Amino acid sequence: MSSVTLTVNGRTVTADVDPRTLLVDFLRTNLRLTGTHVGCDTSQCGACVVHVDGRAIKSCTTLALSCAGSQVTTIEGIGTAAKLHPMQEAFREHHALQCGFCTPGMIMAGIDLVNRKGAKVDEHTIREELEGNICRCTGYHNIVRAIETGAAGMAAMKQAAE
Amino acid sequence: MTDQGIGASVKRKEDLRFITGKGQYVDDINRQGQSYAIFVRSPHAHANIKGIDAKAALAAPGVLAIFTGEDLAADKIGGLICGWMIHSKDGSPMKAGPHPALAQGKVRYVGDHVAVVIAETLDQAKDAAEKVAVDYDVLPAAVDPAKTQRSGQPQVHAEAPNNTVYQWHLGDKDAVDAAFAKAAHVTKLDIVNNRLVPNAMEPRAAIGEYDSGTDNLTLWTTSQNPHVARLVLSAFVGIAPEHKLRVIAPDVGGGFGSKIFIYAEETVCIWAARKINRPVKWTADRSEAFYSDAHGRDHVTTAELAVDKAGTILALRANTKANLGAYLSTFASSVPTYLYAPLLSGQYNIPAIYCEVDGVYTNTTPVDAYRGAGRPEATFVIERLVEVAARETGRDPAEFRRQNFITQFPHQTPVIMAYDTGDYAACLDKALAMADYKTFGQRKAASAAKGKLRGIGFSAYIEACGIAPSRAVGSLGAGVGLWESAEIRVNPVGTVEVLTGSHSHGQGHETTMAQIISSKLGVPIDSVSIVHGDTDKVQMGMGTYGSRSGAVGGSAIVKAAEKVIAKGKRVAAACMEVEEDQVDFEAGEFSARGTNKKMTFGEVALQAYVAHKFDPEKIEPGLKETSFYDPKNFTFPSGVHIAEVEIDMATGVTKVDRWTAVDDFGVLINPMIVEGQVHGGIAQGVGQALLEGARYDETGQLVTASFMDYGMPRAADVPSFNVAMTNTPCPSNPLGVKGCGEAGAIAAPAAMVNAITNALGHEGIAMPATPQAVWRAIQKMPRKAAE
Ligand code: FES
Ligand code: FES
Repeated sequence: MSSVTLTVNGRTVTADVDPRTLLVDFLRTNLRLTGTHVGCDTSQCGACVVHVDGRAIKSCTTLALSCAGSQVTTIEGIGTAAKLHPMQEAFREHHALQCGFCTPGMIMAGIDLVNRKGAKVDEHTIREELEGNICRCTGYHNIVRAIETGAAGMAAMKQAAE
Repeated sequence: MTDQGIGASVKRKEDLRFITGKGQYVDDINRQGQSYAIFVRSPHAHANIKGIDAKAALAAPGVLAIFTGEDLAADKIGGLICGWMIHSKDGSPMKAGPHPALAQGKVRYVGDHVAVVIAETLDQAKDAAEKVAVDYDVLPAAVDPAKTQRSGQPQVHAEAPNNTVYQWHLGDKDAVDAAFAKAAHVTKLDIVNNRLVPNAMEPRAAIGEYDSGTDNLTLWTTSQNPHVARLVLSAFVGIAPEHKLRVIAPDVGGGFGSKIFIYAEETVCIWAARKINRPVKWTADRSEAFYSDAHGRDHVTTAELAVDKAGTILALRANTKANLGAYLSTFASSVPTYLYAPLLSGQYNIPAIYCEVDGVYTNTTPVDAYRGAGRPEATFVIERLVEVAARETGRDPAEFRRQNFITQFPHQTPVIMAYDTGDYAACLDKALAMADYKTFGQRKAASAAKGKLRGIGFSAYIEACGIAPSRAVGSLGAGVGLWESAEIRVNPVGTVEVLTGSHSHGQGHETTMAQIISSKLGVPIDSVSIVHGDTDKVQMGMGTYGSRSGAVGGSAIVKAAEKVIAKGKRVAAACMEVEEDQVDFEAGEFSARGTNKKMTFGEVALQAYVAHKFDPEKIEPGLKETSFYDPKNFTFPSGVHIAEVEIDMATGVTKVDRWTAVDDFGVLINPMIVEGQVHGGIAQGVGQALLEGARYDETGQLVTASFMDYGMPRAADVPSFNVAMTNTPCPSNPLGVKGCGEAGAIAAPAAMVNAITNALGHEGIAMPATPQAVWRAIQKMPRKAAE
């Protein structure tokens, strides 16, 4: 067992973990933050995407210990039911989810994509950038629309904050 | 309230919990004191088990128990069942071997369940499972469905000689032979419908829990039909009687058929929970999903179409070998028979059809229903035949189809189905216009100028949904009735709870069913909650598959709502002191004709419970009604999909450039949700055509057992889709709905392959048309087309 301290959704947590503990298991099992999902065992599906120090990573292939001292943000940390993140709102608006299982990872990947590619990101880029996120339900059509709208919403949010 | 009722694209009520990470899937649930199960699986496709040594594993830290097939047998736990009896041509019943939840002396596919290790933590269970030593006597494996019936092949089950489960047929062979004898043209195709892995994004999972104080068992499971799971586990497997077993299917992350079935893992978890008196949790990893979720498709077919000189279809003949895998899964036997051959008439007037199907065992994962289930296989056969027949006889594929469309309804096909309604030409015309079919030649020339190939392909599909009339499926061998139930509980304040036997695992029932209530009872959808997926709450139900939840489950809700209104009228009449037949109900209001007396729905509900104003001898207090709805017929959604592809000749990469889909689903409850279903189905069909294919090597190893090896469609593999609807309301249910869940997956593969072969100028390519396969096919192009 090793001790690890990290900040998750703004809350600092310290825990003793088996060194082989993956970040996703730490989030789901230790912290009971079950919004982050596991859809594969080969780092392909993106159901597990969270942000570590502002960048999207796959928490299924990240050791919890390697996040010591980091800021981790999960789907539970980006918005609330009363005040959704623009990307969450856009997913609902565009019916970009069906079973909802890929959705937290898609939203986290979508936010990261917009952070990197900007608010004017086009359909082709969105589709290419979603290489690491698999959805079996939606056929991606509405996910692409949602990320376009979410991008605009994020830009507006940023502007309002400035 | 019509802005929220039937026909409105209202946003989904269920979304808030999913977009905020508050969904509750089985693996998100944790029970006090739970333990973790790991299955020891066979690494061999076929082997006798000479011994299992679990001593070292039992001594490993945290291990609570290790069980094998012997322990299940000692507790008289029965095997898993196949619920649909198929009879062979000679009248004999299908020949099925036993399907134990944990192997008994023999394993029959890679991933077959040998033992379960239960430990305090997941890591401890994993570590201990590696210490279970199984002594295998490895046997040769039967892998290829086309060869498995040959003499000398390894025998999967002693009960099924030559690995043949059944040799079934449908249709009039003599009439078909006679029609072929006089045909001016015969088109013949050899077709492989590739084997698919469903891959719902949520892996299967189960938690079994036993309460020793009440002797009650609770199973949380990733199921599309929790009541069917309870029925099978109670009545056939012998876990516990139904009143002692509660099955809960909470949020379920996609199913596509693969979560209909009752599997070994949940059976073992619920049995073991009582055995060790601790909750037992199991969650598949993706590799286990590849090995143990029932696969789909896997047909090898020879098919022929007879056409006369004028281009009229005379007859169709098909011979199919259907791979059923190593054991018969829950509905496996029905998929390549009654869900397949009765759809071979497609949208066409075909006077004579004959289809033979051999269901065969192989040493591979069991095969069962996957999105579309039999109907995509049938559509692929007929739509490839029709397209190629048009090409071979020099006809425009759209016009050849139109010429042979059924135009009179009802239409009795020669293979069971009585189509109730449709307008196939309307879909075709709309699709042709949306796809700019007239200017395809210009686009093809533009592609050619870039050194690329361009092709266009059609698929005019039909499916039989809303499965289905209980008496009809019963006469065809189904072991269950396929009605659906609904219970409407009106609360004293006028809010409404609807308990449905349907199950939503992405379909959006919490929204669409609330919309039905909103239309019928005039209450806002926020005042309606939909309860599903729990056998302690919903009395009985048949679950969700075969695009049946709207047509059957929704209709049950309508019937129950009508009873609520009828009772409400009696209560209202008593309160308003008028005759019952004087009371009208509209838009949430009861009114007395010829007076200005009115009561809102909520006021009547309150009076029904307060019960001060009527005679309890005449009217029972309360407002709660139930309906079990059994449809008169299947529903017959249809449509035309047009795929347009561009192929890079240097790399063989096929780009789906345009997709047009025009579907007739009858009345739409929520067009936004319907379109989403179409999108998802198309992507799965494009996946089948371009990327997906489960491959076994000759020893029976699954070589495509991860997302690294199995091509899942990703965002860049599909285009945005151009989707539209037409509407001929279904006459056989009160909503007029037909079902939309499977259409895309049914239509898309044929449209894709027709487009690719159109581009190539020859028919020599099979699914999946990977870049490598397409590149090879390009090398075989007729000279002129390739230049
Ligand atoms: S669970 Fe992390 S990529 Fe699939
Ligand atoms: S919504 Fe089901 S996997 Fe994406």
